[in-house]
Amino acid sequence: MGRQIYEAVVDGVLVGGVYGLMAVGLTLIFGVLDIINIAQGILVILGAYLSYALSVHLHIDLFLGLLITVPAMFVIGVAIYWAFMRPLRGRERTSMSLLASYAVAIILEGILYWIFSPNYVQLNAWYVTASVRVFGFYLPYIYLFGFVLALVLVLVLYLILYRTRFGRSVRATMQDQTASRLIGIDVNRVAAVTFGIGVAVTAVGGMVYGATSGGFNPNSGYDLISRLLAIIILGGLGSIGGALAAAVFMITLESVVSIWSPNWAIVVFYAALVLVLTIRPSGLFGRQAVRLQ
Amino acid sequence: MTPASLMAGPDLARPGRLQQATAWRAGGVLALLAAVALFPLVFTNALVTTIAVDTLIFVAAAAAWNIFSGYSGYISLGHAVFFGCGAYTVGIGARDWQLTGLSVFALLPLAAVVAAVVAVPFGLVALRVRRHTFVVVTIAVFFIFQLMAFNFSFTGGTTGVAAPFLVWNPGTYNDPFYYLALAIGVATIGLSWLIRGSRFGLQLRAIRDDEDRARGLGVRTMRVKLAAFMISAFVTGLLGGLWFYFITQVLPQSGFDPAFDLSVALMAFLGGLGTVSGPVLGALVLVPAQQYLTEQFTNDYLSQIVLGTLFLGVILLLPRGVIPTASEKITSWRARRSGRLAGQAAAATGLAAAPPGEPSAAAGPAGKESAR
Amino acid sequence: MSALLRAEQISKAFGGVQALSDCTVEVERGSITGLIGPNGSGKTTLFNIITGYEHVDTGDVYADDRKITNARPERAFALGIGRTFQLTRIFPRLTVMENMLVASQHRGSGRWHSPLARAGGPADRRRAMELLEFTGIAGHATALADTLSYGQRKLLELSYVLVADPAIVLLDEPAGGVNPSLIQHIAAKIRELNARGTTFLIVEHNMDFVMGLCDRVTVLDYGTVVASGPPEIIRSDPRVLDAYLGTTEEDDDEPAQ
Repeated sequence: MGRQIYEAVVDGVLVGGVYGLMAVGLTLIFGVLDIINIAQGILVILGAYLSYALSVHLHIDLFLGLLITVPAMFVIGVAIYWAFMRPLRGRERTSMSLLASYAVAIILEGILYWIFSPNYVQLNAWYVTASVRVFGFYLPYIYLFGFVLALVLVLVLYLILYRTRFGRSVRATMQDQTASRLIGIDVNRVAAVTFGIGVAVTAVGGMVYGATSGGFNPNSGYDLISRLLAIIILGGLGSIGGALAAAVFMITLESVVSIWSPNWAIVVFYAALVLVLTIRPSGLFGRQAVRLQ
Repeated sequence: MTPASLMAGPDLARPGRLQQATAWRAGGVLALLAAVALFPLVFTNALVTTIAVDTLIFVAAAAAWNIFSGYSGYISLGHAVFFGCGAYTVGIGARDWQLTGLSVFALLPLAAVVAAVVAVPFGLVALRVRRHTFVVVTIAVFFIFQLMAFNFSFTGGTTGVAAPFLVWNPGTYNDPFYYLALAIGVATIGLSWLIRGSRFGLQLRAIRDDEDRARGLGVRTMRVKLAAFMISAFVTGLLGGLWFYFITQVLPQSGFDPAFDLSVALMAFLGGLGTVSGPVLGALVLVPAQQYLTEQFTNDYLSQIVLGTLFLGVILLLPRGVIPTASEKITSWRARRSGRLAGQAAAATGLAAAPPGEPSAAAGPAGKESAR
Repeated sequence: MSALLRAEQISKAFGGVQALSDCTVEVERGSITGLIGPNGSGKTTLFNIITGYEHVDTGDVYADDRKITNARPERAFALGIGRTFQLTRIFPRLTVMENMLVASQHRGSGRWHSPLARAGGPADRRRAMELLEFTGIAGHATALADTLSYGQRKLLELSYVLVADPAIVLLDEPAGGVNPSLIQHIAAKIRELNARGTTFLIVEHNMDFVMGLCDRVTVLDYGTVVASGPPEIIRSDPRVLDAYLGTTEEDDDEPAQ
């Protein structure tokens, strides 16, 4: 029993790290643009399918394929932002962008169904099936590789945000768009690039998800986005550290609970969210709900 | 002159004209009602009446959704919770109490009450957070309910609950459903209209515009929001119960269907969020359209793509919806027309008095009562 | 010498910034008191604290000798403290009349009102129209608040704050961004209301406006009171001039009458 819990925790942390990467992308988009990108889930699936196509049809290794899929997803992200999000204006921007991204998600799902059919597929490579004995039990390599990659990317994101000029612009825009404009920051460019980055990380998340989920199809997007949303809300909208912490926490919690009941594990996920919000409406690390003036 | 402008109180305009316009309006509505009531007797084709029942259910659902989300501005994507609860209540009730035939309809009020009761804890948690968080919370609660439906035994798990056999003439099978849906629809639209012109509705709409300021002026925001939430839930639950009996079964993914909220939201947005007739129009357009699409495109996925594109189009091009945009165009046309006349009069008599420094007449569309 | 409103030794910090530091401000009943100071001196913070939009770190607020520290905004409103905002807050998608009616919600308390009753009974509407006529925007009663110009919005905000018949009105930059003739109009209205008994506490940057209108002026700098007294004294007080860094020359000293 103890052993099972230990394994579940390790599993949870490793997978949670990858979810953390995707959640960071999502919360970054919210923090900078005030947009809740509901399409993030299906974009992860798109990333997974891209890796799948590269792997199955062009025999490119999954990790190497990321060199193609990450930039591709970045471009797709920028395109989605430019075409569908930027035109939205007015007081209801956030609600409208939410619905717009929901619409984009539906369209993408339909397209993926059309191209790939509803059959479940899975990403394969030697490191998906082969396991290594580490932390005291057998673990497929992909978990480790994926976790390390996710961690590296989060670190890279952190460095970009806190050590580069562009990152400063992003943080400034997060705090105050108008002020940023006044000091010469091209807010549109910052927004577009941020959205692109937020989506680009789904390429990585998608690849790892596709390899470790035991099979996915376009419908898997719903499950993903609901988890990601719960994670970023729990961590506090706009808080990157919060997203990471919440991801690891919730995925681990789910992993442990599923020892007893796989069915109820996911309910615990959402119940945890509702519980936290009852006590602290702005999430664990969220900025306090600011009263206007 | 819209009904809401009647609510504007003793008006500046000519009373005789007002009454005349009202009479025309009332007459029109009655004629419409009569036509709708006679519909299934004229068009007896079961396929047509099935679509009609579907449409009416969604008309009422969209109107109910709008009573909460449209007026308060809190977009809920979890109303399927109420719909599903209503459906399951009737299903489980009929199954466990062995009800058949018309007596099943007696469970409808229960379905509505169950949904309203569910709305209380749901609302108390969800309505304390900011708007964007609220949407996500509704989605989360929705998934919780869907999962519970899958996992509990009394909900029948993955097989769901089946309706008892019906005991009336299969030829006019749809009729009771049609008239019930019509009654619920008319009542909901009426309620929506009443609320809009009422104090309660004003408070809701103030919350939509500036919740903190409204609270600072003494509006009991939590109470108001929760009340609207419960009313909306009540009707939605009622509809869920009716729908269950109509399609004779409920499954976790059909009773708690993610597409439900999306469709209803789309209808409200298309017609005009926060208006009385907007959601009705939206439903009247979209339900048959959806039906048409699923038939045209036998490929399910294509119809999904088209639906999504339609949704996107509405949001990007008609963000305020058909009715407010149309109403604005009409008003500005009228204003320009009367502006020209007034301009001629003013030029003759000199400019009217106004606070110093301000233009004497509001330029452009000085719309009638708020976004109709 | 009865202070209708008293903020005593208020201290408030935001993170590392000390917005208010042991600040004491008194507003005499029936006066028009001005609150001036350079940007960042804590004026709006003080307003927020008095009206319950912020909590104090230390200190107390008294309305009519009753302690109302950290009371919620709706309570402050109910106690007769009205307030306008620097960035005018109105309900844009409601009509001007409806804006007024929102503020009249809690009047006539005691009788239970059916929530489905028409928004605003005849008495409420009459009063609303009176106030709108008083401020001069009655002609726009059925217009969407959104369509009002900036100046008209300020008048609307003032109007609906007056619905509750407040004993004291806190005005945050009423003359900000408004053309001169409208400023005169606003000043005239304030004087009229003051003559009828309403007390005012006004934050303003427009010196002419403040000096010409207020009986008494309090100056804030870096969160504390630097000077307080009649406008003529304040105008030439070196500490005040010092606080404003650079406004040592007053070329046109004639305040608006």
